Amino acid sequence: MNTCDQERVKQACLACDNDPARLMDILWAVQDHLHFISPASITTIAEQTGLHKVEVEGVASFYAFFHQRDAGQHQIYLCDDIIDQLSGYQALYDFLLDYLECPPGETSPDGLISWHNTPCIGMSDQAPAAIIDQIVFVNLCPSQLRQIIDMLRSGASVETIRARLYSGQSKASHHAHIQSNIRRRGKVHLSEHSCKHALTRALSMQPVEVVNAIEQARLRGRGGAGFPIANKWLMARENSEHKRYLICNADEGEPGTFKDRVLLTEYPERLFTGMIIAAWAIGADEGILYLRAEYRYLHTYLEQVLERMRARGDLGKDLLVDTTEAIQFSFDIRIQLGAGAYICGEESALIASCEGRRGEPANKPPFPTQHGYHGKPTVVNNVETLCAIVPIMEHGPQWFCSMGTKESKGTKLYSISGDCNYPGVYEYEFGIRLKELLRDAGAEDAQAVQVGGASGILIGPADFDRQLSFEDMPCAGAIMVFNSQRNILEIVNYFMRFFIEESCGYCTPCRVGTVFMQKSLQKVIDGYAEAADLDYLCKLSNTVAKTSRCGLGHAAPNPLISSMQNFPLVYSALLKVSKDGRQAGFDIQQALQEARVIAKRRSLIYDPDFGNGYTL
Amino acid sequence: MATHSDHPKATYSEAPDSIHFTVDGEAFVGSPGQTIMQACDANQCYIPRLCDCDGLVPQGSCRVCSVKSNGRIVAACTQPIEDGAVIEHATPEIMDMRKDLVQMLFHEGNHLCPICEASGHCELQAMAYRFGLSQASAYPYLQPVRPVDASHPDIALDTNRCILCGRCIRASRDIDHKHIFEYVGRGIDKRIGVNGKSLADTNASIDDYAMSEEVCPVGCIIRKREGFSRPVGQRLFDKHIIGSDIESGSPHFKRYHRIDLVQLDESMQETPDKESDQA
Repeated sequence: MNTCDQERVKQACLACDNDPARLMDILWAVQDHLHFISPASITTIAEQTGLHKVEVEGVASFYAFFHQRDAGQHQIYLCDDIIDQLSGYQALYDFLLDYLECPPGETSPDGLISWHNTPCIGMSDQAPAAIIDQIVFVNLCPSQLRQIIDMLRSGASVETIRARLYSGQSKASHHAHIQSNIRRRGKVHLSEHSCKHALTRALSMQPVEVVNAIEQARLRGRGGAGFPIANKWLMARENSEHKRYLICNADEGEPGTFKDRVLLTEYPERLFTGMIIAAWAIGADEGILYLRAEYRYLHTYLEQVLERMRARGDLGKDLLVDTTEAIQFSFDIRIQLGAGAYICGEESALIASCEGRRGEPANKPPFPTQHGYHGKPTVVNNVETLCAIVPIMEHGPQWFCSMGTKESKGTKLYSISGDCNYPGVYEYEFGIRLKELLRDAGAEDAQAVQVGGASGILIGPADFDRQLSFEDMPCAGAIMVFNSQRNILEIVNYFMRFFIEESCGYCTPCRVGTVFMQKSLQKVIDGYAEAADLDYLCKLSNTVAKTSRCGLGHAAPNPLISSMQNFPLVYSALLKVSKDGRQAGFDIQQALQEARVIAKRRSLIYDPDFGNGYTL
Repeated sequence: MATHSDHPKATYSEAPDSIHFTVDGEAFVGSPGQTIMQACDANQCYIPRLCDCDGLVPQGSCRVCSVKSNGRIVAACTQPIEDGAVIEHATPEIMDMRKDLVQMLFHEGNHLCPICEASGHCELQAMAYRFGLSQASAYPYLQPVRPVDASHPDIALDTNRCILCGRCIRASRDIDHKHIFEYVGRGIDKRIGVNGKSLADTNASIDDYAMSEEVCPVGCIIRKREGFSRPVGQRLFDKHIIGSDIESGSPHFKRYHRIDLVQLDESMQETPDKESDQA
């Protein structure tokens, strides 16, 4: 690293006040400049922030978007999600392999462009897609990709390329070419509401009255677990510690989900207003929007919205001052960019990431509402949850409660993708039957549906009559449709590989067990498995699901277990049957291969050409 | 942070408010603020563990101490004990899961006991003996091939034997105040990194607590020139099964006599059995 680069790294640290808690921002700034996190820059960052080098390395090596090997000036991240794989990913992969003359993870011989595979980037409704230098390109085909690469090679910036490819669209915005694909508008999320009205009303109420209103609305978290929001808010409120934080989880990492992307694009003010109201209710004065790196193209746009709200006096110091009652409410929001880690969707991992640490979940208790960001009570709510606050405050809890089922009030957004005519975002009241949803999406030949993304379950037509609700079949929002042409085991195998990739590695069952599960599934796919292998898979899945430390490990076996239950014939059709009491799955040649390599010679019995001058 | 000689587990006091709980039907009394593991230890009930080590902050990563508390599986080393808790500990279901976890660790790394100098005082090996695991399991071997770091004059690091318990990280950070180790990478590629290009590039010393035999439960951190100094029959777990110290209620003793380097001259190496193990 030359002195100029070193100076830039120092400046990046200084811009963050040499604060180790801002390590994510520092690493982003360094990578934007150097295209990778070099060992020398790690040393400089450590010196500046007072961290140990290995701590900086530990964080840099945790996140998929941070590179520790020299990379090109331009980065292409090709989304290899299962939906993309069914929509032309392979052609793009083959093209890049050939055109850039290097495998994924490497840099083209001219040193200009590096390319990588990356899991779902939240564009399943317009797959295949890729992130190129922070800008997302959708509905890609090889010829378009060639055009982009040629332009990059001729020195054009990705912004210029975007403007040229999608001429006629606003140059200012990085996302005008991305469709929101809103297919069905319900009353809560995809309808118009007055943020101003809701905010005025909320701030005229006592904080505890706001919590009560949310309790009466019986709002439950939309992130997956369905925890009652009012309870979470109260737990933070009742903490004797007065410094409290509110964090919005915009780390929408579940494969196949993209509804938060649409909310962030279409209703950012509603989200931020929801955050202000939540902060008022819990007594927080600082908020963080944790934005996944895949949505970095929205970063500037969201900052502009925040700036507008600050200028208007909705955010910032002294939003509410009432000297008679000694009330002084200030609140502002900063955006924290993630760097590619599915696990950071887990609230304590997300907090760790906000603090500039490895995104590993914490032991609970204590819960974030007791001991969260910087040890203070912290409420982490999902984008969709916080977007429901404005409509509830505007129309009242009764209105919200009149929708949905007994245990699941209001509406829910679903991201539908895969083999359907109308992929996009749909809003329904809770309790909708899956078959109605499939009908609306034009999924005429649905044979299997993955409900809830990778951590959800794979179900067949027998279950299409089930209700989407917390009582029957909970779903955080991802609905992936597969038609009768699709290979069930290939789909499950993708999810298993996804979990291997995304496990943080903290606990044994998730780190090691997921690898063993995938290997065993591969054995089934390759046709070497016997009935006993399925029993082994069930037992292993049970151990992983039950002994893992966090939700990722608990859910990792779901696609496997549910597909074995719902599509037993797919598995049994591939099993080998033992004819003579020997292990049917045993392949003598495969077994010998390892011994051949170790012994550096062939087998006298099984290799008839032994002794004929054969060398390995 | 307490030093290893006055670890928190040694400072139990009879708190006025006691906690009553059962383990596999047997009634026990604990104190508020204890973890399930601490409360069980105090009642001479040993819960198997690998990533937990006296005097270090528990982290709950190996999951070998999994127990069922009121129907939910939790890590005993990090979960606070609740009054009235019904703990399932040595049930077939829990024992089966623990065996799976220990076997996963065996298969994740390269654990060739006969050629490993940690044999006999290796906690992973001792756990396998305690669990009666002596046959190969159905799991595949991952056989990592990571370079051995032998750069340091007194210490070598073979991370192919690492079980990612993180004890060295916590010992170096909280007791030695050096922070020589940290986790790097993630998922199955997660490993222990050192604060420099290699161990020689750090301020690691053979006298660090992190480098003592008490900290690394396996043969990953190797104290050079000390290997195989104790003959078979006199090694720690040749004499008693892992956990028997807790089960027998003997006060926490320092488990190892560290071999002094000056003792390791040539005359010593011929008669290493003079070194008496714990009395």
